[in-house]
Amino acid sequence: MTKALVIRDLKKVYAGGVEALKGINLDVEQGDFFGLLGPNGAGKSTTLSIITSLVNKTSGKVEVFGYDIDSHFSLAKKNLGVVPQEFNFSQFEKVYDIVVTQGGYYGIPLKQAKRKAEHYLKKIGLWDKRQVQARMLSGGMKRRLMIARALVHEPNVLILDEPTAGVDIELRRSMWEFLREINAAGVTIILTTHYLEEAESLCRNIAIIDKGKIIQDTDTRALLRQLNMETFIFDVTNQLEQAPQIDGYVTKLIDRHSFEVMVLQNQGLNRIFESLSAQQIQVLSMKNKANRLEELFVSLVAKGNVA
Amino acid sequence: MSFYELWVTFSTIVIKEIRRFLRIWIQTLIPPIITMALYFVIFGNLIGSRVGEMGGFDYVAYIVPGLIMMSVITNSYSNVVSSFYSAKFQHQIEEILVSPTPNVLILLGYIVGGVARGLIVGFIVTLVSMFFTDLNIAHAGIMVTVVILTSVLFALGGFLNAIYAKNFDDISIIPNFVLTPLTYLGGVFYSIDLLPEFWRNVSLVNPILYMVNAFRYGVLGVSDIDISVAFGVILLSITVFFSLGLYLLKNSTGLRS
Repeated sequence: MTKALVIRDLKKVYAGGVEALKGINLDVEQGDFFGLLGPNGAGKSTTLSIITSLVNKTSGKVEVFGYDIDSHFSLAKKNLGVVPQEFNFSQFEKVYDIVVTQGGYYGIPLKQAKRKAEHYLKKIGLWDKRQVQARMLSGGMKRRLMIARALVHEPNVLILDEPTAGVDIELRRSMWEFLREINAAGVTIILTTHYLEEAESLCRNIAIIDKGKIIQDTDTRALLRQLNMETFIFDVTNQLEQAPQIDGYVTKLIDRHSFEVMVLQNQGLNRIFESLSAQQIQVLSMKNKANRLEELFVSLVAKGNVA
Repeated sequence: MSFYELWVTFSTIVIKEIRRFLRIWIQTLIPPIITMALYFVIFGNLIGSRVGEMGGFDYVAYIVPGLIMMSVITNSYSNVVSSFYSAKFQHQIEEILVSPTPNVLILLGYIVGGVARGLIVGFIVTLVSMFFTDLNIAHAGIMVTVVILTSVLFALGGFLNAIYAKNFDDISIIPNFVLTPLTYLGGVFYSIDLLPEFWRNVSLVNPILYMVNAFRYGVLGVSDIDISVAFGVILLSITVFFSLGLYLLKNSTGLRS
């Protein structure tokens, strides 16, 4: 089956001599929900901008659904929908006009573009705001507007560059649901995000890019299995003077009613509970100190671990 | 893309551009009309009545073609330079750049938007001029052709300016320090036959002189220069500007990193 995205030996050197991409390779399967993660300045946005032709590559090859972005420009573009990081629509235009006009840029006749704009604006909950100037929308609504605009030509691949940045939790969750829905309908999604909880929750496959190189490219579960150690926080009813001693585990007191335990991958949790019960410590709740992917991400980037 | 899809894309850009300047008509359509009406009153009626005839016509009738042309040039240029630079500055241009729209259609779409504004303002100024003088068109075909070609040329000029511009100052430098002086010195208010030989020869390197005179020939039937030379200058300039515009779009100067 044709891959949704193929990147081969992609390099980008900016005019000032900054080497943003040092020959990356990526494959994204059709129907995938793919996360491209990396610290600021790692090369995520450069990669996405080259795919969408907002940045010219120095060398290498990019194919979207088998169409080379250089030799089959038009067909490659028709397969792509883009939700950028920054708001990039006219603030003075009406919501409806922005989406309909975008359809026009893809050669969709006006009547059809209007129908599709209505469909996607309803789907994303902006139909009531269709006659409002874009500048009057809240930040979350503007992000949703960009998603509706990116979908109006019904692309096979949707690229989202930090789509939930600055969006409140409730709205973020509803956007996740929407993205899952369109992914289930067959749209391949490529996502960059700084919210690693988001990537862990949504993405089936993840690549991590750092300093212009891909340092991990695997499925999310396999990636998480690389996590050697997790830190858990325990809230207890007892008043603690010091962290409970548990054989084989490192513990640390946080305050009088909570402490943290570092758990290696092969250790499990049973012995912790057994030990706490023996010490007559009542556990109220337990949670991860940090998102699992976040811990792994930080350790991988810190190591500069090349796959 | 099929021919029909290309047509839809092109008309989308043009409609968007026209809708933009119509939405802000108080800024785009009214000021040039007021300015030109003042020119007609002050230079045409008040001062013109003392100037007497020029080129065999009342002074007000003589300056009408130049003033119409001035409004067409200014508006075609400023429409494209402000619209394209704003789109670049606010990143709206990315809406088109991520789509399959070919560069030539982006260029043509913006040009036609600029031409539309230039011609609408030119038409309204022509109507206003009729309150001050009778217009008996000498060569309608030449008049229409010249005004359209000039409008295309200056829309292209605005496009090039917008591509090179890095800030809002850059989009006002050319109109204020190049376009306005060249227009005023381009024979709008006088015949270059009135100038000493040296300044007459200097005037001949001003491209706007050719456009103003070609248009004046279309309206009044008189010109300081050979019409065929005027057409040659305009068409050559359009070819050079259009090629440069396409080259800059293709090589993404100022648009893509």
